[in-house]
Amino acid sequence: MTANDQRDAAPVLSVEGLTVSIGEHEILRGVDLVLTPGRVHGLAGESGSGKTMTGLAALGLLPHGARAGGRILLDGRDLLALSQRDLNAIRGREIAMVFQDPATSLHPMLTIGRQLTEHMRHHLRLGKAEARARAIGLLGQVRIPGPAAAIDRYPHQFSGGMRQRIAIAIALACGPKVLIADEPTTALDVTVQAGVLRLLRSLCDDLGLAVLLVTHDLGVMSAVADEVSVMREGLVLETGPRGRVLREPEHPYTRALLDALPREGSATPTDAPPKDGSDALPGEGSDALPREGS
Amino acid sequence: MSLLTVEDLVVDHRTPGRPAVRAVAGASLSVAAGEVVGLVGESGCGKSTLARAVCGLVPAGGGTVSFEGGPVTPLGLRRRDRALTKIQMVFQDPYASLNPRRRVGAQIADGLATAGDRETTAGGMLERVGLPARMAERYPHEFSGGQRQRIAIARALAARPSLLIGDEPISALDASAQAQVATLMRNLAVESGAGLLFISHDLSVVRLIADRIAVMYLGKIVETGPTAEIWADPRHPYTQALLRAIPEPDGLGRLPEELPGDVPDPADPPPGCRFHPRCPVAMDVCAEKEPAFGPVSCWLHPPA
Ligand SMILES: Nc1ncnc2c1ncn2[C@@H]1O[C@H](COP(=O)(O)OP(=O)(O)OP(=O)(O)O)[C@@H](O)[C@H]1O
Ligand SMILES: Nc1ncnc2c1ncn2[C@@H]1O[C@H](COP(=O)(O)OP(=O)(O)OP(=O)(O)O)[C@@H](O)[C@H]1O
Ligand code: SF4
Ligand SMILES: [Mg+2]
Ligand SMILES: [Mg+2]
Repeated sequence: MTANDQRDAAPVLSVEGLTVSIGEHEILRGVDLVLTPGRVHGLAGESGSGKTMTGLAALGLLPHGARAGGRILLDGRDLLALSQRDLNAIRGREIAMVFQDPATSLHPMLTIGRQLTEHMRHHLRLGKAEARARAIGLLGQVRIPGPAAAIDRYPHQFSGGMRQRIAIAIALACGPKVLIADEPTTALDVTVQAGVLRLLRSLCDDLGLAVLLVTHDLGVMSAVADEVSVMREGLVLETGPRGRVLREPEHPYTRALLDALPREGSATPTDAPPKDGSDALPGEGSDALPREGS
Repeated sequence: MSLLTVEDLVVDHRTPGRPAVRAVAGASLSVAAGEVVGLVGESGCGKSTLARAVCGLVPAGGGTVSFEGGPVTPLGLRRRDRALTKIQMVFQDPYASLNPRRRVGAQIADGLATAGDRETTAGGMLERVGLPARMAERYPHEFSGGQRQRIAIARALAARPSLLIGDEPISALDASAQAQVATLMRNLAVESGAGLLFISHDLSVVRLIADRIAVMYLGKIVETGPTAEIWADPRHPYTQALLRAIPEPDGLGRLPEELPGDVPDPADPPPGCRFHPRCPVAMDVCAEKEPAFGPVSCWLHPPA
């Protein structure tokens, strides 16, 4: 399989000891992740554990007042050390992100065609007609019905799931090397999700795209990820090949996530409301799942 | 008696200079007091539009929506607030449920005031959905995606609705938190005798909390039934495809099956059975006559 051939390929993006804090609050406490061309790295973990923040850091889009430490190497350049200007040239062109909230990825006042072609014209210097043709092709690829007519519509005229697919098309517009996809399929039904997962997989296999796939859905993880990392409270608890992490998890938190899935023949849910503070800030006592050593 | 009854509802989205998009094309659905109904279906099939029509946020082009025995008619936004606070909706995009410029505690307190609840505090509501009470001081942008969803749920529950509509209310939570929060929504609704219409793409969560499931395809409800029955024996070919596409966390790297064919355009729906161009078992009649009956709208399952 293609995926296996590339096991030893050089990483395209490596995150080393990434820390991010806002005020007193340490959000990331030393995250390490490696992305390789042609492979999907799945990132799971507790809500609030810092998955989105890790992606934002890689794009130089941290919230105002955030301080970052460590290194994020893209083909050897440390993104944390680049100027805004250099980052702008890389963002969208070499590394792109699909945001968790499709509302964040799309501008409400611009047609989706404008949003799709803007980057292509700027980064790839395509002409108007050429960019438009490519945009229509991309919309078809992400399965938007009637792409030639859809291109002139505004985001609010699409359903939530369609907006998410449009956001994916925009991220792919300039043929990036690295795609950070933050929960790209949570807004989709399972059959359309299957299509997007197949699309992501083929972009990796055929074009050598490296994908960081943030998802809380371990079924999705199992379907497309080559490597899996599990985060909690600003740290990566466990990393390894998909089959190993999902079948023989080493960390009790990973085990607990797998056990939480409602399955065939499972009993009715417990009546207990969630304990206080799940999703809590790092170090503030989290949810009902076992911690290390417990 | 049904708390909510939707009959042959039609909703069109109109954009000047374009054909109307019939997002809901004759859908019928009911929710009883104390009942949880899961609404599932393909992305773009009209679930959110149906939910908005139930809240009176978009006008119905045909059919009826009645709530507690009276019709729901779209009202101006301000009047709606007073008339329909008994229906609360958690929107798909948590930013649509929350005002970005106000502290989340103040927004939850509004809901408590609506319900005339002077005992519960905003912090107490946050704790119920699993967040520390102190977070009431923060603004919506200072939260992660999953935390924002919990806040939107707390705000809706604070108003003590008799019908709660959750449009993908927990999609950003991790697997264990999803089961917890979904169960919490179910318990709070059922204990207070409210109905819950729960829209979700996460079928395992729907299965966990719904008493009944309604499956929607291209503007219509194509199958309804008790959750356990649909799970054990899905009858509509679309329902079957949906259940087959759920990825298993078995670590084997198997890509789930997609549906063949293109996602249909609601502005130009296929004639006959709306699913026929993609249906693996379509027959001649399917392209000509619409199976306009329930509980399974399919020529293979005509009503007895
Ligand atoms: N602008 C901000 N200011 C202060 N804290 C923030 C801000 N944005 C996020 N946080 C906090 O940082 C932590 C990590 O957030 P992040 O969005 O990365 O979580 P996540 O793992 O993506 O969670 P989810 O699965 O819920 O999306 C959370 O505790 C959150 O409350
Ligand atoms: N304001 C609008 N103007 C025009 N078309 C619209 C508008 N809002 C929604 N639509 C269209 O109506 C159809 C139904 O949209 P709706 O948001 O109800 O779908 P949904 O079932 O909630 O999908 P999802 O699961 O992706 O959220 C879609 O084809 C969408 O493109
Ligand atoms: S009516 Fe015909 S096309 Fe429609 S779902 Fe049934 S068999 Fe398939
Ligand atoms: Mg996130
Ligand atoms: Mg929707």
